[in-house]
Amino acid sequence: MTLSRDDVAHVAMLARLGLSDAEMEQYRTQLDAILDAIGKLNEVDTSAVAETAQVGGLLNVWREDEPRESIGAERALANAPERDGPYFRVAAIQE
Amino acid sequence: MSAAAAPPREIEGTGYEAVIGLEVHAQLLTRSKMFCSCSTAYFDSPPNSNTCPVCLGLPGTLPVMNREAVEKTVLTALALGCEIPPFTKFDRKNYFYPDLPKGYQISQYDLPLSRNGRLVFEVDGREVRCGITRVHLEEDTGTLKHAGDLIHEATSSLVDLNRAGVPLMEIVGEPDLRTAEEAREYVTRLRQVLMYIGVNDGSMERGSLRCDANVSLRRVGSTEYGTKVEIKNMNSFRAVHRALEYEIARQLQVLQDGGTLVQETRGWIETENRTVSQRSKEQAHDYRYFPEPDLPPLELDGQYVERIRARLPELPDARQRRFQSQYGLSAYDAALLTASREEADAFEAIAGSGVSAKLAANWMIGDVARLANAHHLPVARSGLGVTGLSALLRLLESGAVNGTTAKELLDELYAAGGDPEALVRDRGLGQVSDEAALAAIVDEVIAANPQVVADFQGGKEQALGRLVGNVMKASGGRADARLVNKLLRERLAG
Amino acid sequence: MAQGFVGRSAAEMAAALRSGEVTAVELLRQAIVQRDRVDGRVNAFLERTDELAETQARAADERIAREGANAPQLCGIPVALKDVLCLQDVPSTASSRIIRTFRPPYTGTAVQRLLDQGAVVVGKTNCDEFAMGSSNENSAYGAVGNPWDVERVPGGSSGGSAAAVAAGVVPYSLGSDTGGSIRQPAALTGTVGFKPTYGRVSRYGLIAFASSLDQIGPFAQTVEDAAHVYSAIAGHDPLDSTSSASAVEDPFETLRSGVEGMRLGVPREYFVEGLEAGVRQRVDEAIELLRSLGASIEEVSLPSTDAGLATYYIIAPAECSSNLARFDGVRFGMHADEPSLLRSYLSTRGQGFGAEVKRRIMLGTYALSSGYYDAYYRKAQKVRTVIAAEFDAVFEKVDALVCPTSPTVAFTQGAREDPIAMYLCDVLTIPVNLAGLPGISVPCGLSDGLPVGLQVIGPRFQDARVLRVAHAYEQASGAARLRSPMVAEAAP
Repeated sequence: MTLSRDDVAHVAMLARLGLSDAEMEQYRTQLDAILDAIGKLNEVDTSAVAETAQVGGLLNVWREDEPRESIGAERALANAPERDGPYFRVAAIQE
Repeated sequence: MSAAAAPPREIEGTGYEAVIGLEVHAQLLTRSKMFCSCSTAYFDSPPNSNTCPVCLGLPGTLPVMNREAVEKTVLTALALGCEIPPFTKFDRKNYFYPDLPKGYQISQYDLPLSRNGRLVFEVDGREVRCGITRVHLEEDTGTLKHAGDLIHEATSSLVDLNRAGVPLMEIVGEPDLRTAEEAREYVTRLRQVLMYIGVNDGSMERGSLRCDANVSLRRVGSTEYGTKVEIKNMNSFRAVHRALEYEIARQLQVLQDGGTLVQETRGWIETENRTVSQRSKEQAHDYRYFPEPDLPPLELDGQYVERIRARLPELPDARQRRFQSQYGLSAYDAALLTASREEADAFEAIAGSGVSAKLAANWMIGDVARLANAHHLPVARSGLGVTGLSALLRLLESGAVNGTTAKELLDELYAAGGDPEALVRDRGLGQVSDEAALAAIVDEVIAANPQVVADFQGGKEQALGRLVGNVMKASGGRADARLVNKLLRERLAG
Repeated sequence: MAQGFVGRSAAEMAAALRSGEVTAVELLRQAIVQRDRVDGRVNAFLERTDELAETQARAADERIAREGANAPQLCGIPVALKDVLCLQDVPSTASSRIIRTFRPPYTGTAVQRLLDQGAVVVGKTNCDEFAMGSSNENSAYGAVGNPWDVERVPGGSSGGSAAAVAAGVVPYSLGSDTGGSIRQPAALTGTVGFKPTYGRVSRYGLIAFASSLDQIGPFAQTVEDAAHVYSAIAGHDPLDSTSSASAVEDPFETLRSGVEGMRLGVPREYFVEGLEAGVRQRVDEAIELLRSLGASIEEVSLPSTDAGLATYYIIAPAECSSNLARFDGVRFGMHADEPSLLRSYLSTRGQGFGAEVKRRIMLGTYALSSGYYDAYYRKAQKVRTVIAAEFDAVFEKVDALVCPTSPTVAFTQGAREDPIAMYLCDVLTIPVNLAGLPGISVPCGLSDGLPVGLQVIGPRFQDARVLRVAHAYEQASGAARLRSPMVAEAAP
């Protein structure tokens, strides 16, 4: 398994992580080694086995359709780093 | 039904056919959101006032499924003839966008709540069977406002999460549609079904019902698909029709010019009557779907499904056919009367209260429909109400009032309400059916209008109408029109 | 002033409160004095909640005056909370820069249950960033020093919560355990650390790392205290769809029943190559002690144990890559000012997250990405089934398993810079999370002057049984109640 720089750049973009060139290279080598070690998984025979869907074995967990009071706009916006009145504000979506 | 099975439909004289598949998103009429207990009545709420830590996606919060949302989705699936598999689950659809607080949408990927249904309808007297690939459940996103209204010019955007988390049903249609007309009718019929079963309010303007289309062209007879273009931003039936017409024409032009089509997303610009490419930098999303670990899966057994099926009301198609056979109505009238469930219910209540079906139908389709539009109030929710209207029509049918009086009362009472029987009594509006009294008025009118009489006797049938009108006026509008007619003819015969 | 209660257990404090020997306000004062004395060296606390604690302590004293012996067990007792646990209006940073200023508008369920009992919160503790790590060296706010030797790590990710107890600041604390993050630091700091069965304690209010693996649990000095905390926080929560609705067994019905007649399994694969000789010896001695108490000991096998690490390092990063997507600078947390949204995301997350977090996000993103999902994520979830099934099979023959918690004692800071070397710390604890089982670490002596932990693992929902075995060992062993040098300093 050899992870290329492009692979790392692609994954970093998917995850919206801005990385410097030095970081890219560092992570590339580290991730490569980790993925290599993870290859151990292939040694386990899982041909007759289903994926674990839920550890708890729970099914059909739901709640009744009863509305409850919301926390209000002020509390919702209390942690907002950028706001414009009652809105969260974000920078230009199109480049 | 696959695209191969739907009969080919050539775009006349071109050798090509259009292949259209529609994706409809419908908000569910539950009282609370999909994964938290915030209200779904967000539409006119002040921004971000309808939120909680869960739908804000704050760290440490967890989703809890809305039981009613699941039931309404199953109900929809059953109404569309879908299969409900015994096991279904939610998955995370991962991508970054400011209206998506968690950075993923809880949706369904490979094991949706239902699959393999169909919607059957008519276009120009021709039956169209469109397959429904699947109906699944997910959560809605928040909304964005772009400073300056256009996303590609805005230097900033504003995020409102009131809508985030509202339960959303995704109904994916097979690419079985072949014309813009079929697409429009599909959406119309689908909306009708959703409103009939009470799961969606049908509002495309408010965005509670949304439609996207996938359109491609191919040579008639081919079973391969052409380049698929996704069309978004169609906010009405008309927009669906026009956008698809435009797009089909556009694609045809490109192909006929020997060009190649680009697989892309295009938005319909209503004000400019065209679709515009919305190509963005990140072309194909890798959503990295995986099963939602915070939500146990669902096992819906036969008993559960049957319990939901028992909640299905009579669907529009079946109701229309029954109206035709049970009430002897024409297909056209039956279709009009069953357009909405509310209206169909109103009609049946009236017909069931002793009014003849024919009379009830005529009035519902005619004057009542006119008033319902004018006042933006269906009769069931009008001031007069179904009971009031029934009473009024019974008065008419029994001869207690004449047609003119009945119409006047309807106009007066529709929005304001009131008791027709009492009014008729108190104002002395009862129909005059006393032959002797009417005969006297008839004789007076004949005497006073010799020229009109002569015209009638000379062969002008319409002249009778004028005489009838005069008698009606002289009787304060209360004369029994049929009797007046009869009396006039008797006296003028000869 | 006297610091008589530093190093005392919660049960001892509770008795003293009821007898009138001490007040909650006084217990709080002593906790604060000890904290301020040691934390320059230990760095266990990120947020000090002294004002809040004062209010809570006074209220607790009133309640004890009113209710006397009927007051809840934890009333008036000081506690510390790992900084991934939300407490309303108090900063919850997950030891990350990216949410340095985040104040949750709500309190998580487990914490609320403690507050309802009258707990007194002394502060939020340091941990590995977003609970990812085994040494507490991944914190944006500095590493935590082990109270046994501050040059050494306390373990992770709940290093701060472990250290707070080991240093005698508080008698118990809450941590979280995803791959060993309670048990391993407990072993390295000579404290009791308990991870309940997955689904036993609500995760609502726990800043999520890996949703199918995370559980909240207590650190304490005694198994009895751990059992009290467990009883307080366990039980169904309608706000957590993965919390079990089954009734919680009262651990106190069997806590003191001993191990006579019980069958204990020793999984041979847990005595790995990298197991330090000293650790092995202490654990062997502990197992012998259990045998002498009447338990039958037999060797068992969990053949897929060494696939556990690989399985975990696909599933946990995959889930965390998704759970951490919400840290985007829009609704809370750090926000890098940039002219476009895309750059804002990249800068905020690139600068706001530490290296280990970014590493795991990328690993997880990769494992879930198109073309790799089947080979990695799906495969890992299948291996997980195999691992869980092996435990099930073994539990047909034995009632519980006993083994080491950590392959080594506390190592020096900076000793494990290679990520894989660090991941190996959790090789003995990870499989327990994969199978959703209850597991506890209880001190079983020292090796080269540093604590060693004995791990007890039980079948799902046999939390009471796990506590029982641990308690029996602890009571019989002189090696089980350890006092760190920092406690000895304060209360010689």
